Amino acid sequence: MRALMFGWEFPPHISGGLGTACQGITRGLAAQGVDVTFVLPRLDAEIGGADHLRLMGANRVRARVGVREIVELRERIRVLEVLSPLRPYLTDREYRSLLERDQHLTLEALVAEVNNDFSGGYGTNLMEEVLRYSIVAAYIADVEPHDVIHAHDWMTYPAGIEAKRVSGRPLVVHAHALEFDRSGEHVNQTVYDVERAGFEAADRIIAVSSFTKDTIVARYGIPPEKVRVVHNAVSKERRFGELRLTRALKEKIVLFLGRVTFQKGPDYFVEAAAKVLANRRDVRFVMAGSGDMFPRMVERMAELRLEDRFHFTGFLRGADVERLYAMSDLYVMPSVSEPFGITPLEAMVYNVPIIVSKQSGVAEVLDSAVKIDFWDVDRLADRIEEIISDPALAHELAERGAETLKNIKWEIAGERVLAVYRELVEEVHR
Amino acid sequence: MIAVCFYFQVHQPMRLDQNYGFFDIGERHTYLDHDANREIVLKVAQKCYLPANRLMLELIERHAGAFRISYSITGTALEQFEEYCPEVLESFRELADTGCVEFIGETYYHSLAYLFSRDEFRRQVDLHSRAMQDLFGQKPTTFRNTELIYDNDLARLVEKMGYRTILTEGADQVLGWRTPNFVYQPAGCIKLKALLKNYRLSDDVAFRFSDTSWPEHPLSVERYASWVHAVAGEGEVVNLFMDYETFGEHQWAETGIFEFMRALPEHILAHPDFCFRTPGEAAANLSPVAELDVPHPISWADLERDVSAWLGNPMQDAAAARVYGLEKDVLATCDDELISAWRELLTSDHFYYMCTKWFSDGDVHKYFNPYSTPHQAFIVYMNVLNDLTLLVERQKGADAA
Repeated sequence: MRALMFGWEFPPHISGGLGTACQGITRGLAAQGVDVTFVLPRLDAEIGGADHLRLMGANRVRARVGVREIVELRERIRVLEVLSPLRPYLTDREYRSLLERDQHLTLEALVAEVNNDFSGGYGTNLMEEVLRYSIVAAYIADVEPHDVIHAHDWMTYPAGIEAKRVSGRPLVVHAHALEFDRSGEHVNQTVYDVERAGFEAADRIIAVSSFTKDTIVARYGIPPEKVRVVHNAVSKERRFGELRLTRALKEKIVLFLGRVTFQKGPDYFVEAAAKVLANRRDVRFVMAGSGDMFPRMVERMAELRLEDRFHFTGFLRGADVERLYAMSDLYVMPSVSEPFGITPLEAMVYNVPIIVSKQSGVAEVLDSAVKIDFWDVDRLADRIEEIISDPALAHELAERGAETLKNIKWEIAGERVLAVYRELVEEVHR
Repeated sequence: MIAVCFYFQVHQPMRLDQNYGFFDIGERHTYLDHDANREIVLKVAQKCYLPANRLMLELIERHAGAFRISYSITGTALEQFEEYCPEVLESFRELADTGCVEFIGETYYHSLAYLFSRDEFRRQVDLHSRAMQDLFGQKPTTFRNTELIYDNDLARLVEKMGYRTILTEGADQVLGWRTPNFVYQPAGCIKLKALLKNYRLSDDVAFRFSDTSWPEHPLSVERYASWVHAVAGEGEVVNLFMDYETFGEHQWAETGIFEFMRALPEHILAHPDFCFRTPGEAAANLSPVAELDVPHPISWADLERDVSAWLGNPMQDAAAARVYGLEKDVLATCDDELISAWRELLTSDHFYYMCTKWFSDGDVHKYFNPYSTPHQAFIVYMNVLNDLTLLVERQKGADAA
C-alpha cells in the first residue's frame, strides 16, 4: 500500500499538535508496512529527517504551471475564488489590517508566485500558499505512484482534491481540528468552505474523535457513515523522569500547557487558580504557551493578585516542555472545544494526573480520568484541591493513567487508518 | 536679578536579565544583565556623560564662576559608573571641585518608595546623601523626588529631614494661571521652598530641539535666549530641568545640541538682569510669592504629569504591592546582598517598562523599554522577585531554627 500524504506540519518543520499527530500516524502506518510519501509545503534539506517515510518539500518541486492551469484550478475549486486573506489563528485586529492590505489576489500575482519559495508557515499569504501548494500537488500526483491520497486539515484539502483529479485514486481527508474549534461561532467563512469542499470531495473522512465527527455531521451536512473515528495516540519516549529532577520549589505545581487562545480555555484555568489560592498557598500554577489571549491572561492574573504563585513561561520547546511535565503534580486542560488534545496524554507519560474538559476528544479515550465542564470553574477548583492535597488519590490517578496509556498506541491508530485505505482500495477494485 | 537654574538628572537603572525565566526561580540568584548594563552605560558615557561633562567644565572655567549648574545623580548610576567607567565619576568630581555645581539629593535607588513606605524612603534618601558627601564632599540641601513626584506630604517630610529646597514639575493642574517663574512655599512648610520646572522652556531643549516638524526647528541660541529673557518683568527664576542624557543621547551630537549649549551661557548673560544660580542658591536669595498646594501626587512624566506611567495597571500595582510588601522580611535578614538586590528592584524604571498606556501606539515609552511588551517586563520582574522572596523566606526559616 502506497499513500501519498499532504500535510502542513511535520516535526521538526513547524511542530504544533498537527505535526506531532502526523508523525505518529505515519509511524503507525509504517509499522503496518505502508509506504508513505509526505509532502510538506517547505523543506529546507533535500530529504527530511524521518526514517519511516519519504518527506518531500513542495518548494523543491519545479512544476510547470502556466496561467491556464491556474484559471482552470480556480474554476474547479469555486470556493477558492473568494480569496480573502486569512490565517488560522488570527486576532480580530490583525485580520482587519490584513483585509485592508490585500483584499484579493490577482491572477498575475499567483503566477508570479508559483515558482517562488513556500514559507510553509501560517503567514499572511497562507491562502495563496494553499493554492500554489495544490498546483504542485497535482503535478506530484501525476509522477508519484500511489494507491491512496491522504490530506491533513483544511490547508491541504485543495491539494488532496487536485491530486485525486489527476490520479483518480481515492481521497481520505483527516480532520484534526475544525474552524468551529478555533473560532467558536465566529467562523471564517473561507476556511469553512474549504473544509466542506474537502469533506464533500473525499471518499472517506477520518475524524480524531467522536466529538469531531459529530461536528462534521451536524455543521457540515456530511452523512455519518462517511466518517471514521481514529483517536490519536502519544509517543512514550521520555527524556526526564527516571533520573529524578531536583525541585527547587516545594509547592505542588499545577500546569496548563497549550496555545493561550479562546479554544484552550486559559481564562478558566486562571479563575480556578484564584479560587484554589484563596484557600491555600502550597501550590503554584504555571501557564506555558503563547497566543492572542496571553496579555489578557497576564493582566487578569495580576488583577487577581496571584503573581507570587502563578507563573508564565511563554512558548516552550522540546526539552523544556518535557522538563515542565516532569516537574508537575497535576495537568489541567480546560479546553472549550478540543477535537482531540494530545497534551494530557503527554502529561500521563510523565505519571502526572490530569483533569480534562468534557468538551475534548481525548476524554473519549480516558475512561478513568477526571473530567469537568470547561465553564465549571468551581468544580475545577475543587478537583484541583482534592488531587493536590491527597497523595494517595494523585498516585492512583497516575497509575490508572499509566494503565490507560498501554492501550493508546500509534500502531493501533495506524491499523485503523490502514483499514480505511483497504476499504477504499477494495471499493475501487470492486 | 533673574536666576536661571539648570538641574540635570543623571540616572541609569540596573536592568534585569530578560532571560530570567520560570525554571530559574529557586535555582539561579543572579538577576542583572551585566552585559547590557555595561554596554548601555559605556555607550551613554561616550555619547553624553563624558563630552557633556567636558563641556560644562569648559563653560564654568570660561565664565569664571558666572555659570552655575546642578545635578542629581542616582545611586544606581553611580555604582555602574564605578564598575564600568570610573572616568565618568572622575569628571563629575572635577565638576564638584569648581564650586559652581550643586549636587541634589534623591532616593538612592530612584524608587517610588515615598508612595509606599516612608521608612524606606528616608533610608534611601540618607543613603544617597551619604554617597554625595563621600564622592563630592557636599551634603545635599536641595531635594528632588524620583521623576519629580511631589505632593504636600512629601514637602513636609523633606523639610523635617533638613532640606531647604525642593524641585518639582510646574504642572498646569497645580499652577493654573500662575507662572513657574517664582519661588513658592509648599503648603504646611515654613523653611522649605519649592522651585518649579518651566516645562515649556525645558522641553524646548529636552524634547523639541531636533524635532523637524516643530515650527521653531532649527532652534537658534539667539532665539532661545530671547524666550528666556522674556521672563524679565514677570518672574524671578527660570527653572530648566531636564535629563542629562538630553546632551548627546536623546538629542544626538549631530543635532548641534552641544554647540547650542556651548553658546547659551554668554547669550543668557548678555542681558544684564540675568544670572545663573544653583537651585539652592536661587531659593536662598528669593522669597516665596505664594503657597503651593498639591494634595495629589504630580510628576514630570507624560502629558498627564501624574504617576500613571509607573502605577495604575494591574501588573504595576501587583508588582509594587508585592515588592514593597517584602520590606520587613528582607531588612530582617540583615544580609547586605539580599537587601541591595531588593532595592534594585524598587527602581521606578521596572514599573515604567510595565506601562500599557500607549502600548499600541509606540512612543517615548517604547523607546526606553528594553522589553518587547509590558507583559514580558512584568513576567521577568515577578520571576526575579519570586526567587528573591524564596531566598528571604529561606533566611527567615534558618534564623528561626
